[in-house]
Amino acid sequence: MSEQTIDKKIDSKKKRKINYAFLQEQLFEDKINLEKKIEPKDWMPDEYRQHLIRQISQHAHSEIIGMQPEGNWITRAPSLRAKMILLAKVQDEAGHGLYLYSACETLGVTRDELNKQLHDGKAKYSSIFNYPTLSWADMGAIGWLVDGAAIVNQVSLQKTSYGPYSRGMIKICKEESFHQRQGYEIMAQMANGTKEQKEMAQDALNRFWWPSIMMFGPHDADSPRTGNAMKWKIKRKTNDELRQNFIDKTVAQAELIGLKIPDPDLKWNEERGSYDFGEIDWEEFWNVVKGNGPCNEQRLNHHKKAHEDGQWVRDAAKAYAQKQN
Amino acid sequence: MNDLEKYTLRIADSALILSHRLSEWCSRGPSLEEDIALSNISLDLLGQANSLLEYCSKINGQTTADGLAFKRNEREFYNFQICELENGHFGDTIIRQFLFDSYTSLFFKKLSDSEDETLSAIALKSIKEINYHLRHSSNWVVRLGDGTELSNEKIQKSLNNIWKYTGEFFEMDELDNKMLANKIGVDNKELKKDWDNITNETFQKAKLVRPNDGHMMTGSKKGIHTENLGKILSVMQYIPRAYPNAKW
Amino acid sequence: MGNGLEMLPKPMLKNKTKMSNAATVWEVFIQSKNGLAHKHVGNVHAEDKEMALQNARDLYTRRNEGSCIWVVKSEHIVSSVPEDEESFFDPSNDKVYRHPTFYNLPDGAKHI
Repeated sequence: MSEQTIDKKIDSKKKRKINYAFLQEQLFEDKINLEKKIEPKDWMPDEYRQHLIRQISQHAHSEIIGMQPEGNWITRAPSLRAKMILLAKVQDEAGHGLYLYSACETLGVTRDELNKQLHDGKAKYSSIFNYPTLSWADMGAIGWLVDGAAIVNQVSLQKTSYGPYSRGMIKICKEESFHQRQGYEIMAQMANGTKEQKEMAQDALNRFWWPSIMMFGPHDADSPRTGNAMKWKIKRKTNDELRQNFIDKTVAQAELIGLKIPDPDLKWNEERGSYDFGEIDWEEFWNVVKGNGPCNEQRLNHHKKAHEDGQWVRDAAKAYAQKQN
Repeated sequence: MNDLEKYTLRIADSALILSHRLSEWCSRGPSLEEDIALSNISLDLLGQANSLLEYCSKINGQTTADGLAFKRNEREFYNFQICELENGHFGDTIIRQFLFDSYTSLFFKKLSDSEDETLSAIALKSIKEINYHLRHSSNWVVRLGDGTELSNEKIQKSLNNIWKYTGEFFEMDELDNKMLANKIGVDNKELKKDWDNITNETFQKAKLVRPNDGHMMTGSKKGIHTENLGKILSVMQYIPRAYPNAKW
Repeated sequence: MGNGLEMLPKPMLKNKTKMSNAATVWEVFIQSKNGLAHKHVGNVHAEDKEMALQNARDLYTRRNEGSCIWVVKSEHIVSSVPEDEESFFDPSNDKVYRHPTFYNLPDGAKHI
């Protein structure tokens, strides 16, 4: 075979490779546009994969870290029923974390790697969990507001383009709505209770309101990743849309039980058909995201300690399994 | 206090206090899967405690189940001392769970034959849960005992330390004998042989040495406890005691 | 000429099982009700099959959503790849006679 022929053959192979890569990308984009799911063995742009790993793992970490502020009050739950409900709720959260780690692993990363990213501070989790739970009423506030905000986000994510993530979200949404109602029930009960209970409930709302609406992230204009996330249908609604949705739902709920939202600028806007609300303290927002919230260090240390303390147990289980083979 | 109520309280209290201890593991488990498993057991025990306390409440006609859980003081609790011990590390917790589950699997089986319909019904429902707990705890005892050298060392130590609290399982006092005579209660002494068999079988698989029976701790049937119970109650009962007029 | 199959990029699943800390991953299939087929619900981590079964039960049937659980080590799952789709799955779509509606009945035939 002459050199020329060989060169021609290599060229045409290259062209077919490029054509093939082009077809892969086209197929991916078609799937996105046609609202079809992308599954683990499908070709996907590396950026899409990395974006998902980051988003899903952060979601998973949030569920797990979120067990701590609520777990804080299990031993002090003031009635048998309250104790059962809270214990079941925190258990659900562990389960949600597991569903999400499971979905994330389909993208080619292990749970150990994800844990390491969390411990090294490379991965983030929802900032709301960097606030302390100071009274029993916080259990109400977290269920009502934090789970409420999570639901607004998660309902939207049920339609996300990545199959395992979408299926995980559908499972999670089913359970999350209980949590919100249970939280609201605690607030309602307290708001209608003794003077001290009502004050406790109002205090919890005062402390958790702003961090809850911060959960939706920066304004759309200040959110650099939103563009890709929307294009790839990972994200279905923008930060501001979701935040407005949440506020509109929640204000009426607060009014119904006689609690006041701690925002002097909160006002119904007839024209928009929505509530106008005050500006978020973005300095606090970024400060907590950076790691300077009240509980950031505590939450991570707690997680690390549990992991380290359990090493001998995991080693034993492994050793036992190997002996059986 | 009525005999039946006191007898039921003993069973309820063990479930309640052990459930409380297990709930302390939340977010501290050696793996997420274990976190869920331990909370699951804690929830089951809490459910059992609730059913039994509701029954006590019905019997005495005055105090609610919550009242019984949150307003009694240290000398009025009748849980086994083993239930109130600190959790320690995972090995300590799991060996306690195994010893307790082995006992309750036998106790509730007998209790399901009780002439008291409510106790019998509660026992029947609880057995299903307890058998699952026993499967879980015995599996872990084997994996820790026959895992690494370190894990075997640790759990052997746990077993040695906790052994003296197992004597209480098999005590029979005046109340127990009365209830047995009335075909309501269980003969705890009779359970020992089967308990020995269950535990020995697992110890063997787990390459653990069964400790010798030395001096056994006692007193919970009279409300005598370790110093742990008071601390548990001060946490558990804090809110209802701080806000006596509030409903939660 | 070749059909280009030899140039197909392998699926991008990176296998990082070399880490000594990594637990084994098992896929979980639940039969929610007697008579139904098992459905894939996700995965669990466990070192042996007994623990895998328990973990699956704790995680996926907390609200009694199951009557039977299967666990399979993820590494034992054999999957078709998207590139196979055409040759594996297309043909039956236009083999009309494979579909149960391919028949003609005489008019007036009853109870059939």
